[in-house]
Amino acid sequence: MKVLVPVKRVVDYNVKVRVKSDQTGVDIANVKMSMNPFDEIAVEEATRLKEKGAVAEVVAVSCGVAQCQETLRTAMAIGADRGVLVQTDAELQPLAVAKLLKALVDKEKPQLVILGKQAIDDDANQTGQMLAALLDWPQATFASKVELADGKVTVTREVDGGLETLTLKLPAIVTTDLRLNEPRYVTLPNIMKAKKKQLDTVTPQDLGVDPAPRLKTLKVSEPPARKAGIKVADVAALVDKLKNEAKVV
Amino acid sequence: MTTLVIAEHDNAQLKGATLNAVAAAAKIGGDVHVLVVGANARAVADQAAQAAGVAKVLLADAPQLADGLAENVAAQVLAVASNYSHILFPATASGKNVAPRVAAKLDVAQISDIIGVESADTFQRPIYAGNAIATVQSADSVKVITVRTTGFDAVAAQGGSAAVEDIAAVADSGLSSFVGREVAKSDRPELAGARVVVSGGRGLGSAENFKILDPLADKLGAALGASRAAVDAGYAPNDWQVGQTGKIVAPQLYVAVGISGAIQHLAGMKDSKVIVAINKDPEAPIFGVADYGLVGDLFQVVPELTGAL
Repeated sequence: MKVLVPVKRVVDYNVKVRVKSDQTGVDIANVKMSMNPFDEIAVEEATRLKEKGAVAEVVAVSCGVAQCQETLRTAMAIGADRGVLVQTDAELQPLAVAKLLKALVDKEKPQLVILGKQAIDDDANQTGQMLAALLDWPQATFASKVELADGKVTVTREVDGGLETLTLKLPAIVTTDLRLNEPRYVTLPNIMKAKKKQLDTVTPQDLGVDPAPRLKTLKVSEPPARKAGIKVADVAALVDKLKNEAKVV
Repeated sequence: MTTLVIAEHDNAQLKGATLNAVAAAAKIGGDVHVLVVGANARAVADQAAQAAGVAKVLLADAPQLADGLAENVAAQVLAVASNYSHILFPATASGKNVAPRVAAKLDVAQISDIIGVESADTFQRPIYAGNAIATVQSADSVKVITVRTTGFDAVAAQGGSAAVEDIAAVADSGLSSFVGREVAKSDRPELAGARVVVSGGRGLGSAENFKILDPLADKLGAALGASRAAVDAGYAPNDWQVGQTGKIVAPQLYVAVGISGAIQHLAGMKDSKVIVAINKDPEAPIFGVADYGLVGDLFQVVPELTGAL
């Protein structure tokens, strides 16, 4: 069985982004880019399923600019067998990505698609659910445990207040939460091997999808700054401030 | 223009997050209806009918709707979607699970985690872990939205008198089934809605040491939270995690104990009214957002603070 793993190239999670002074967006020129952390977890999970013998092939997919190839190479260094880049310079919103992925799913016919639960740039948390809707497949979001057996996938999900477990008929969509696994470090030999793996490039036109954005961003602004706080000398001073100044206790 | 709010509930109690979503709906304008999807959930519909500003409550009640499966809930929302200009979900685990499924079926973009309403088609939402606020405009015929509950003050739970209308339940999709649920037991207030939150980080050192926060939380009537480091290390359960990938909280008072203040953690708590940081490292980034910082050993400071309150 084949697994498709969509991966996104995003600003590295350690970078504190700055809003551009003209409020058109955040400044991501010359900023370190990496694979979205939740997608690393997705690639790792697919690779582990393959290592267990439950999966035959893992295909990584990325949608975006030419540099997304690097993200796909990272996925292949973790364990994906090959990569597909849907190359476009257009702004891609989750609905457009879901449509591109649906077209690829129709072509590649995987039984399982594993996505990250959200990308740390737009924080949308939509693409997996939208893909499931477009395909009419079942979904299990925010997965912290995934088991494949007998044409079904059993997933434990992180929900408010605890955990819940669902069983889905395959084919199905799973989105990863942080606790699903600890992605492996990519080793130099695996990076070298990944360079030889197959990487195909297609365009949204090839897939018959119009990726035009539906939401217009009018402006991007700085969040309201907190006014500078103070350091207090001891517990007595802290309690005094909380009682008499902030009046919160 | 009529807005539909999808109720968050456990088939017995309407959850507070619904009242925050109704408040966002009120800002959009027009009538506000609430949809309750569940099993034996009439009590929830009755509670929703009393919420201030709700004009009508729709109740879809059937066994296949008991566990909030995304496939069934989304189909139920779609069954009535054509009557509405806006469909709002609280941005809870269940709201985030279902809303994009509804949006994709309607072929519209979804707007996640709004914190402000500028007009009926223009909304504010945080991006990049809350380091920027985007103002976005939707030209879609139906706006499917999730509402960050800390962005809107809840409407009153009492005072309304909406009629409850039963609607036909959709059939089971048969695509997924519910196996079980493990609910973390807690006598403390719910983290997302608590007035005071006491959170611990890696500085606590162990699950055993984490208990040092219990008397402080008891004194303050606070919910307990945790940083990702503390959760990953097993000091605290997953659903206590505050941050970009955990819960977003905005209490009156947030006490961060032994938490350095990574970007991802700040994303979950920096809208708190008053932030107190207790950390032995004077350079910790948490002091950059704290109203009151105390540099010191938490193992001394926390018991002393508990005693002084």
